[in-house]
Amino acid sequence: MGRHLTFEIFRFNPEDKDSVPHMETFHLEETERMTLFIALTRIREEQDPSLQFDFCCRAGICGSCAMMINGRPGLACKTLTRELPSEITLLPLPVFKLIGDLSVDTGTWYRAMNEKVESWIHTHRSFDPRAEEQRMDNALAEEIYELERCVECGCCVASCGTANMREDFLGASALNRIARFMMDPRDERSSKEYFEVVGTDEGIFGCMGLLACEDVCPKNLPLQDQLGILRRKMGWQAVKHLFRMG
Amino acid sequence: MDTVVSDLLCIGAGLAGERVAVEAAAAGFSTICLSIVPPRRSHSSAAQGGMQASLGNSCMGEGDCPDVHFEDTVKGSDWGCDQEVARLFVERAPEAVREMAFWGIPWNRVVAGKSTYFKGGKQYEKVEAPEKEGLITARDFGGTAKWRTCYTSDGTGHTLLYTMDNKVVELGVTVHDRMEAISLIHDGENCMGAVARCLKTGKLRVYLARATLIATGGYGRIYRETTNAVINDGGGAIIALDTGIVPLGNPEAIQFHPTGIVPTNILVTEGCRGDGGTLLDVNEERFMPEYEPAKAELASRDVVSRWMTHHIRRGLGVPSHYGDHLWLDIRHLGAAHIKTKLREVEEICNNFLGIDPVTQLIPVRPAQHYTMAGIRTNKDGAAYGLKGLFAAGEAACWDLHGFNRLGGNSLAETVVAGKIVGEKVVEYLKGHEARFDTGVVRDRVRRDQERIDRLIGCKDGKEDTFKVRSAMQDELMERVGIFRNGKDLQQAVDNLQEILQRARRVGLRSSGLGANPELTLALKIEGMVKLALCTAYGALQRTESRGCHAREDFQARNDRDWLNRTLATWKEGANLPALEYEPASPSMPLPPGDRGYGASKIITCDGEIIDRG
Ligand SMILES: Cc1cc2nc3c(=O)[nH]c(=O)nc-3n(C[C@H](O)[C@H](O)[C@H](O)COP(=O)(O)OP(=O)(O)OC[C@H]3O[C@@H](n4cnc5c(N)ncnc54)[C@H](O)[C@@H]3O)c2cc1C
Repeated sequence: MGRHLTFEIFRFNPEDKDSVPHMETFHLEETERMTLFIALTRIREEQDPSLQFDFCCRAGICGSCAMMINGRPGLACKTLTRELPSEITLLPLPVFKLIGDLSVDTGTWYRAMNEKVESWIHTHRSFDPRAEEQRMDNALAEEIYELERCVECGCCVASCGTANMREDFLGASALNRIARFMMDPRDERSSKEYFEVVGTDEGIFGCMGLLACEDVCPKNLPLQDQLGILRRKMGWQAVKHLFRMG
Repeated sequence: MDTVVSDLLCIGAGLAGERVAVEAAAAGFSTICLSIVPPRRSHSSAAQGGMQASLGNSCMGEGDCPDVHFEDTVKGSDWGCDQEVARLFVERAPEAVREMAFWGIPWNRVVAGKSTYFKGGKQYEKVEAPEKEGLITARDFGGTAKWRTCYTSDGTGHTLLYTMDNKVVELGVTVHDRMEAISLIHDGENCMGAVARCLKTGKLRVYLARATLIATGGYGRIYRETTNAVINDGGGAIIALDTGIVPLGNPEAIQFHPTGIVPTNILVTEGCRGDGGTLLDVNEERFMPEYEPAKAELASRDVVSRWMTHHIRRGLGVPSHYGDHLWLDIRHLGAAHIKTKLREVEEICNNFLGIDPVTQLIPVRPAQHYTMAGIRTNKDGAAYGLKGLFAAGEAACWDLHGFNRLGGNSLAETVVAGKIVGEKVVEYLKGHEARFDTGVVRDRVRRDQERIDRLIGCKDGKEDTFKVRSAMQDELMERVGIFRNGKDLQQAVDNLQEILQRARRVGLRSSGLGANPELTLALKIEGMVKLALCTAYGALQRTESRGCHAREDFQARNDRDWLNRTLATWKEGANLPALEYEPASPSMPLPPGDRGYGASKIITCDGEIIDRG
């Protein structure tokens, strides 16, 4: 009933001294409502149990399974085979360190990113278990949530011209994270403090404005807007002192 | 041997593991978390609905307080929970929600004024009070007297986990992700840490710690159909069971959800049925009114799941490549309703099924959903049997949920138990030094390395680990599912014992080098079958119906004989678990009574038979 699918999959096991990077072909009959999660799981179980790839929630929530799908970064669990031609090429995400086959180390990268942007609420206050919570406007809570939806899958980083050229570039997800905290009244960091993190070429000024990040974001985050806003705010922060002097 | 020493080792970096880690790190103890995946990818992120705490800010939660939450929880558990634990939990839940707000959760807030909501297919209106504007609000979730479930849009688990991990990063807690614990190091009395296998390189590493916590989440993957993540395959429960000393509490207590999509079992919300969605069979005809004339599709989770399974077994399911299923029909709710009120459902259908629920039917069937079963601990989170071992979250049987978890109580459990157990771990660390016995450590590592070598060398046979897993999953799905009976359960126990022998003969087809996924599963497969046997055997012995454990041949809840908790241990070389029982609760401030829903026949403690049928 279904099509005959041909998968070209990148293979390399750095822990096997006989392994060399190469492409390997697998064949599968397409079944109804097949996603790349179903397909890859079947290939592993029925054809090659050593095939490495990462799925966890398989529901587009955890961000584990990003890979290059016919040249474009995307979440494999969220990709229906019927939306692809019958020849499907799968490669690991660039930028991140390869673990094996389609599996890359996003964990180390994102931990470092979170440390760099100090991805937490900075406050001098301490928590009072007996006090009522600080009030917040629901609309603002929803706006914060909108930016908080990032799943750290790495698609934006993989698609980024700058990140592919320079290792120290923070990338769209980090800049989006900064924007999220700048919006949050609970975070007491000043513009100057944010500037120290992102007001550099590693940060917002490294962005070349190609904006592939937003196109590939599986969560449809408004990355383009956030980068624009951040660039304007940080640009102002960079030159503000000139005006004050005058 | 590569060895890492810390004060606290948290096996698991989901919400529960990280919450405990935060408490210990904040008290100045060196803390390391292990996780199969980067912590933010833990399954906690998948919870969408929300977490319960009796803040009572929304007008629909007016008058709510810990007492009402307590009553809902105990009733929900069908009097299977530990009531002291439930009391502790409800008292601290509001504080936990506020603390998470303080750390950065963008909880949805009360908006003063009028708005509408749906219940049982009908639309209603509510008016929120102006003086509550901006406080944390709540939504409705099954089985509660008040609206008590705090949420952030459709991503509560996600925001909770990201905020918790932010805290972990802030405190500088070390996380070793892609590091899977494969055994506990202990001398029969004290736990000293764990042996872990690196899922980047395949190498073994020893983690020694003064206190060890297991917070590895649920283990739905022993069932073929489950809403759980792919990694929820029971690693934590297995290493505890393997000690031969630490018991699992209520292994037979497993919850199902009626509507997982086919083939991937991603959960679609019960809101679909709440808003008026119907279930159809192969002939595209409704069948629920036939079985449940009064409530039809709005009957409780378990009842709907039961009839769905029954209907499929009658041959009225829709055949597919992935087995038979039924249809969920929400077409008649209309595009406007689906695109706003049921937006997540629409997205799941588009993204994962490639169908449009406005014009097409959604393929669904019941799936395993929650593991009430878990590592039995006391109310401090200390595991039975081994000193220095703790457990929290879905991996533990603390026991807040008894025989049925209420939606929204499990996310709340992770952060509330995490906080409470964290405090107790800190107390323990202040009062205890550990002695690491190098002989015990070396022996444990040697045995794990030997296991790996035997699997790679096919020393015990060439059974295919994936096939053994399928056989086990099918067995549980077919005979230890939603509705159970003695004959099927006995058959399942017999078959699983054979499958256990096969599991012991597994050998690899591939090289096993590096982060080899076949080896990863092969190392767990025997343990998974043991978990399956604990569930099947526990269910066979429990000759009553309580909460999610529904016996067709013993339909009454029997408080005279079964107001207790199963404790299952596995002695070395045995082919079945050893079962013991303890009272469900040390005291019963809320004495056993009628839940007001679910099974209606009760044999009371005095042996009186009450039938509200
Ligand atoms: C689809 C879905 C929706 C849900 N929705 C809700 C909801 O709306 N409200 C609610 O209250 N509850 C909900 N739940 C339940 C709730 O999400 C879970 O019970 C809870 O998140 C479990 O958290 P945890 O910290 O115990 O485990 P998890 O978040 O599962 O974390 C387990 C951790 O252990 C690690 N781990 C596992 N094994 C090992 C090992 N051997 N070695 C090292 N690390 C290991 C994992 O990597 C992970 O870090 C839902 C569950 C599902 C499946």
